Amino acid sequence: MDALIGLGLTAILLIATFIIGQKGERDHFEDLRRREARLRVMPVTTFETLPTGWEPTGSGIVTGSVVMSADYFKRFVAGFRKFFGGRLTMYEPLLDRARREAVVRMLEDAQKKGFDAVINVRIEGSRINRSGTEKDGVVAVEMLAYGTGIKRARKPVTPGTPKAA
Amino acid sequence: MPPVVRPSATITLTNTETIPGKEIVQFFGLVSGNTVRAKHAGRDFMAGLKNIVGGELKGYTELLTESREEATARMVEQARLMGANAIVNVRFATSSIAQGAAELFAYGTAVRVE
Repeated sequence: MDALIGLGLTAILLIATFIIGQKGERDHFEDLRRREARLRVMPVTTFETLPTGWEPTGSGIVTGSVVMSADYFKRFVAGFRKFFGGRLTMYEPLLDRARREAVVRMLEDAQKKGFDAVINVRIEGSRINRSGTEKDGVVAVEMLAYGTGIKRARKPVTPGTPKAA
Repeated sequence: MPPVVRPSATITLTNTETIPGKEIVQFFGLVSGNTVRAKHAGRDFMAGLKNIVGGELKGYTELLTESREEATARMVEQARLMGANAIVNVRFATSSIAQGAAELFAYGTAVRVE
C-alpha cells in the first residue's frame, strides 16, 4: 500500500513538473526571442578589434550571468537515458536558455552603461553544487557572459567633411 | 584593513589586451581579487524548491553576481594602490571548493593609459 502511494506521488510529481517545466521553457524562449530582437541593433563580436571606422570614446567591462536548473521530470528521464548513453536532448534546451539569457543580460548591462557595441565576448559555464550529496542529481549550471563595451562618438566624423567653425 | 575610497580615481576595466583608443604607457603587473561565499539556508531551501520545477535559481544568480562584484572590487582596489588607472585583459574564474561554497576569482593586468 505504502509503495503504491509512493508510486502515485512520484507519478503526480512527474506529470506536474513536466507541465510546469515545459511552460516555463516555452515562456522563457519567447521572452529571449523578444529581447534578442530588441538588442540586435548592437554590434557584438568575439574578437578584440573594433568595427572598422569606429572612434572609441570610452570602454569598460560588461557582464551577465544566470543560474538555471532542469526540472524533476527532465532529470528523471535523463537518469534513464544515461544508462544507454547517447544524446541527452532534455538537457540541451537548459544550456541553450542559460547561455542566451547570460548574453542578453550582458547586452542589457552594456545598454544600461551607455555602450554602443560589445567586443571580445567570452562565455563560460560552471556547475553549481547544492549542499546535498551527488546522488541528488541536481543539475544547475551557471553561465557567465562578459566582454568589453565600447562607446563611440555620437556623430562620426566622415573624412573630407569640413568641420563647422 | 578598511577599504580606501577615492571616488575621483576611476579605473577602466576591459577584457581586451588594450584600451580601445588609448595607449598603455606603464605596466604594473598582475592584480587579482577573490572571495569565497556560501549560500545561506533560506536561499538554499528556496533553490531546492525551485529546483523541482526548473528554471532560473534567482537566489544563486544574485549570490554569484554579488560575489563576482566583490572580487572585482578587491582587484580594482589593488590596482588603485599601485597607481594604475586601468585593468586590461580581465578574466573571471569560478571554482567550487566545498559543498555549497564557491570561490569567485577575478584577475587582470594593471596599467596606466593615456
